[in-house]
Amino acid sequence: MSSRPAISIRSVSKRWTPEGRAPVQALSNLTFDVAPGEFIVLLGPSGCGKSTLLYMIAGLEDVSGGAIFCDGEPVTEPSAERGLIFQEASLFPWLTIADNVAFGLAIQHEQPVRRREIAIEMLKRVGLGDMLDKKPDELSGGMRQRAACARALAMRPKVLMMDEPFAALDVQTRSRMQDFLLQIWRDSGACVLLVTHSIDEAISLADRVVVFTARPGQVKTIVPIDLPRPRQSRDPRYHAYRDMFTELLADEVERAFAEQEAG
Amino acid sequence: MSADVDPASLSPAEPERKVGLVLSPAWRRRFATLGWGFVSIGLFAGIWELLWALGYANPLLLPPPHLFLSDIPGTLQYFDRSNRIGSVASGGGVLALLLTMGSTTLRVVIGLTLGFICGVAVGATIHYIKPARNLLLPTILLLAPISPVAWLPVAIFVFGIGDVPAVFLVFITVFFAIVLSTGAQIESVPKNYIHVARIMGATRRQTFWRVILPSILPSLFMTLRLNLFAAWMVVLIAETVGVGTGLGQITSMARSTFNARLVFFTMGIIGVLGFLSDWGLRQVQRKMLWWVAPNQGASR
Repeated sequence: MSSRPAISIRSVSKRWTPEGRAPVQALSNLTFDVAPGEFIVLLGPSGCGKSTLLYMIAGLEDVSGGAIFCDGEPVTEPSAERGLIFQEASLFPWLTIADNVAFGLAIQHEQPVRRREIAIEMLKRVGLGDMLDKKPDELSGGMRQRAACARALAMRPKVLMMDEPFAALDVQTRSRMQDFLLQIWRDSGACVLLVTHSIDEAISLADRVVVFTARPGQVKTIVPIDLPRPRQSRDPRYHAYRDMFTELLADEVERAFAEQEAG
Repeated sequence: MSADVDPASLSPAEPERKVGLVLSPAWRRRFATLGWGFVSIGLFAGIWELLWALGYANPLLLPPPHLFLSDIPGTLQYFDRSNRIGSVASGGGVLALLLTMGSTTLRVVIGLTLGFICGVAVGATIHYIKPARNLLLPTILLLAPISPVAWLPVAIFVFGIGDVPAVFLVFITVFFAIVLSTGAQIESVPKNYIHVARIMGATRRQTFWRVILPSILPSLFMTLRLNLFAAWMVVLIAETVGVGTGLGQITSMARSTFNARLVFFTMGIIGVLGFLSDWGLRQVQRKMLWWVAPNQGASR
């Protein structure tokens, strides 16, 4: 690839210092690149710091060591170019769906008419074209998450980050949302970083899967998923990937457990 | 939600009625509430009347409703149109009654509004500006538990006799509660709301006005409603002592002239006003804070 990476993560580490206790090493010495338009899944046992990495790329958390670059520029503060979607949609209940989607545009002083146009366009794209003036709590969980997607997309981000976005949804909704996400990803041309602890989610979505070790989180390995989309879970190669990830994670989950037991 | 649809209206077994008056479930519920209201008050008044008829309730001390409501024109002449202490009642009438009710209500409304706005402003300042917190918070924590009634002499010393001490007492009633609740509510705004605002590039000011304030307003409004009845109590006490007109002044005058009918008549008016103002606040809440479910909150 000729172009420079969309994101490069260089020896990044993160330490927490809880009040009155010894500092905790959450992440240590992470290094990898994300190509423009690439779909990366961060997979690891819970508590390994993969979400923390997203927050640092978003600019919401500081790095304790190393540096993160976005388009060659060091990340120092949040930016709408790096959209972040949470496990809960976190839509503002006092705004209509359209106003929620247009929130970032309003912050940036876009004209009201233009704001509405963009909100309509984005909501149509996520299949919520007839929900413009509904309240967030009138929508189902999956719809709310799509609206949150539209809110991030309205800012035309170069990077779309998602912190276990489908974990709170039921299984059927979840698989529909994954299809939807792939479509959004293709349309927008943004690169996607998605955090999950679901092996199936990783295999069905990712170009490459970054596997994390238990705490302190490090890159255990990076696995490219070499399967054509749409990916069928019946495919024997899919099974091979699943077995591989299960094995990779089993050690880490065990280590995380042992550590928790030790206190 | 559609969950509370009356199951009877869905049942297919019910043949379509041809009778003219068919009410929607919402209206039926409203009429039921109203009906039970009448039954409840009627029962209360009935027992009182019965006690009077049996000779247990002395009509001079506890005149039953039919006595204190029978001579309304006579009662109304005690209400005065001028806003002065000790002015001789000059005729009274319905207009004077409305003026009296209006001036008491106005004191409550002004006091609550000022208390709410100043409370949020001071609460937010304390939360965001560290020197302000260090300087103000200890004093506020010291003053907050003092009963508003204890402020009455201070209010009269500082503001003299007039409308201001009454408004001031209402202000005090809500101010400290709102100040303290504002800080707590800002603490509990979901972190992700703030994150969304930061990612979208909001300044601190934009974050406050567009995210923090709307997300804390519903609970602050609830604090306001909880303190509404306290505000009504306090305004009457203030009027008894320091203001020339108002319902508190009438009650005080009725007590000192041993006019039991006037006492109960005024108590009735005060009850109705208190009820109406809570209903009014609920309407304001419905209009301004439309994203909060209508049944959420206190005194329902």
